[in-house]
Amino acid sequence: MTAGSIDAGLSGRDPHTPESTLDRPRDYLHAQSTLRSWFLTTDHKRIAILYLTSITLFFIIGAVAAGVVRLALVVPNGAILNNDNYNKAFTLHGVVMVWFFLIPSIPATFGNFLIPLMIGAKDLAFPKLNLTSWYIFMAGALFTMISVVLGGIDTGWTFYAPLSTAFSNTWVLPALIGVTIVGFSSILTGLNFVVTIHTMRAPGMTWFRLPIFVWTHYATSLIFLLATPVITVALILLVAERAFHVGVFDPAYGGDPVLFQHLFWFYSHPAVYIMVLPGMGVISEIVPAFAQKKLFGYKFVAYAAIGLASVTFFVWGHHMFVNGQSDLASLVFSGLSFAVAVPSAVKVYNWTATIHKGSLRLDTPMLYAMGYIGLFVLGGLTGLFLATLAINQHIHATYFVVAHFHYIMVGGTVLAFLGGLHFWWPKFTGRMYNESWGRVSALLIFIGFNVTFFPQFILGYLGMPRRYATYPAEFQLLNVLSSAGATILAAGYIFPMLYLVYSIWWGRRAPGNPWQAKGLEWETTSPPPTLNFITPPKVPNQPYDYPIKVTETGGTPA
Amino acid sequence: MQERSALELWPASASSVAVEADYLILAFTVLTLLLTVPVFLAISYFAVRYREGVDADRDTSNQRSFLIEISWMLIPFLLTLIFFVWGARIFVESKNPPPDAMTVEAIGRQWMWKYQHPTGQSEINDLHVPIDQPIHIRLTSQDVIHAFYLPALRIQMGVVPGRTTDLWFKANRTGTYRLYCSEYCGTDHSLMGGNLTIMTQGEYQEWLTHSGAQQSAPAAGRALYESYGCASCHDPGATVKAPRLAGLYGSQVELEGGRKIVADEEYLRARILNPNENRLAAGYKQIMPSFAGVIPADDLARIVDYLKAYHSTEGEARP
Repeated sequence: MTAGSIDAGLSGRDPHTPESTLDRPRDYLHAQSTLRSWFLTTDHKRIAILYLTSITLFFIIGAVAAGVVRLALVVPNGAILNNDNYNKAFTLHGVVMVWFFLIPSIPATFGNFLIPLMIGAKDLAFPKLNLTSWYIFMAGALFTMISVVLGGIDTGWTFYAPLSTAFSNTWVLPALIGVTIVGFSSILTGLNFVVTIHTMRAPGMTWFRLPIFVWTHYATSLIFLLATPVITVALILLVAERAFHVGVFDPAYGGDPVLFQHLFWFYSHPAVYIMVLPGMGVISEIVPAFAQKKLFGYKFVAYAAIGLASVTFFVWGHHMFVNGQSDLASLVFSGLSFAVAVPSAVKVYNWTATIHKGSLRLDTPMLYAMGYIGLFVLGGLTGLFLATLAINQHIHATYFVVAHFHYIMVGGTVLAFLGGLHFWWPKFTGRMYNESWGRVSALLIFIGFNVTFFPQFILGYLGMPRRYATYPAEFQLLNVLSSAGATILAAGYIFPMLYLVYSIWWGRRAPGNPWQAKGLEWETTSPPPTLNFITPPKVPNQPYDYPIKVTETGGTPA
Repeated sequence: MQERSALELWPASASSVAVEADYLILAFTVLTLLLTVPVFLAISYFAVRYREGVDADRDTSNQRSFLIEISWMLIPFLLTLIFFVWGARIFVESKNPPPDAMTVEAIGRQWMWKYQHPTGQSEINDLHVPIDQPIHIRLTSQDVIHAFYLPALRIQMGVVPGRTTDLWFKANRTGTYRLYCSEYCGTDHSLMGGNLTIMTQGEYQEWLTHSGAQQSAPAAGRALYESYGCASCHDPGATVKAPRLAGLYGSQVELEGGRKIVADEEYLRARILNPNENRLAAGYKQIMPSFAGVIPADDLARIVDYLKAYHSTEGEARP
């Protein structure tokens, strides 16, 4: 809002010291500047920045591990990394990416920052608990890193017993304890979001005026609350078995190893939706803003989020079709998994219909969103291949699975994360990044991602098992192609880190609403003041009140 | 195994079930393209057609969203259900071995497979089976979870300690195909595999009668040698100070106390089963555990055979 009044052309650097007037408090970034004011803050926006910084750090660690894995797989005979180090590299990649990047990625950063803004609140319901969540997250994640410093772990991120409890000679215990601790951070974040969304909405902000981003975070929070305790229990039992030989999973002590898989996937399948739903929320904000059109089928999209969060609790057995589960269970889990296609299709077709007859601007966030839709569709449908029993018997635990879940988690979550980061970057920092650089990065990542992971579908169909340090020579060409794609993808990741950081000091100053987007977060300044709104907002309008309307008929007035 | 090129785009199939699974995958791929390509084309077309500033019809008053919503919720779902039923049918068949199936017992352990044929012959890692005969493999594990994967037959099954799992197939094409462990099982997971050789009935009977000679005995012995942990102390590069065993067979060994002995088969056998009995090689400490009661007689015979064939030039590279 102040951008127009300042001549940014005077020098290269554009010092950001917004004038403090009687009616305008300083923005949250400049309200205080001591280290103490950051590390003891209870401002949800500052906590979001703490999370953003820490998960970026973990993303870099996980990405370097992925680079090492792809480098090692250039040759089939393990000449670059020996088996032990390869196993430690892919375990590090999986543990860090899943537990310390993907799960907190969008909820803990964007959710933390935006939910109070979007519903017109001053903060989350429990600001001190919010800060506590970050400290718990850091404590758990750094505790896990102890095992890496001591020499690594080689169990895979799945920690299957009895390999993890009796046979691995690596530093499994610190990793298990660390991941258990991080779980409490998820639970507390979920609790905070649920209470905030129930109790702190601004006057006029009814449930069906909430942005889809808030709906998907509400659904995600329910999964945090209901599923995370199960993995906490499962991990504590692993610790008990490994440290004290309490027989739960290892048949040598009278346990059952398949039991661990049930407990693990009872959490870890819903956890996929902890990663996917917030991304869907981000895309549902970006697409209407860049089409300048009301979101098509708002209520269907909102219910689809709750539908996905519910169905996801009943499909965990599809990870275990060939692991000794009963045949009837496999049939039931296969059928239920197909039902996931319904709410997913609702989302994709509604985004497409939103673009139809819109007024489109193909800026960076929109390019990321379009890439997301393409990759998510492929990832979702290949999931149905895996849910088909006879196909699963062939491609289970092959590279087909690796390709499938990377299409969901990188093509889905990471692209939504980057799209959202570019979309709300002006709101977070008060600065604009260079738009051309943004478009180049979106294109690089889309190309690099597909070159990396599409060949892995073929590798899986040809029968290359996953988690192989060495592999038969007939798979080499596709592996080299995949590794080559990973270098493009790496460039696509590094580039935004550079120009986004650059923009913090040298970027053009952002107006309050650079995209002409709707939603309460765009009605305050960029960056917002500490208490978010200068005058308490009221919500007189329907959500996504864009110039181009959708006439909804047939009994579902939105 | 025949020479393989660096790139193969179609995996070999060796049973009618594998061929049907391929049809299933192919048909599902076609449906996937039917469902996705229109979305991709529509998004690309809309992105160009409805660009900001382009004059286009943006009248949305005729969109009837409720009907559209229901149809795109249900039509793709019902279409994919065809594949659920088809896949489930093949799966149920693959779970019920016919009564005339020949049963092979298989045991997985870190990091090798061991099979026992119904006529008593056993083999390591590589498996030989006859064509046109239902083969029922009963699987179990001695340590962690493994999985037995036969890509040419499009099937795999988890191998779980403490329980028995089953897998059956009827091959209709002879040849040598790959066989893998597909459940991550620790350090040498990627080495836990071998060849599946599908033979004619006559060849199989022939193989059974000469099973010892036909299988590459040193390779099997090497797998056992690694599996029982011999290699981790006795191989070059091991951190434990233990005698190297390459070229040991037939050579003269100086024992602790100055006695000399020729390392014959009897010596090797006794040394493995009871290393504490006054057979310590000069200059080494007694740290090797006894393997009496740990290694069954047939495995011991294979390890001794391997050591007999283990010359100083071998053993550096894995088989």
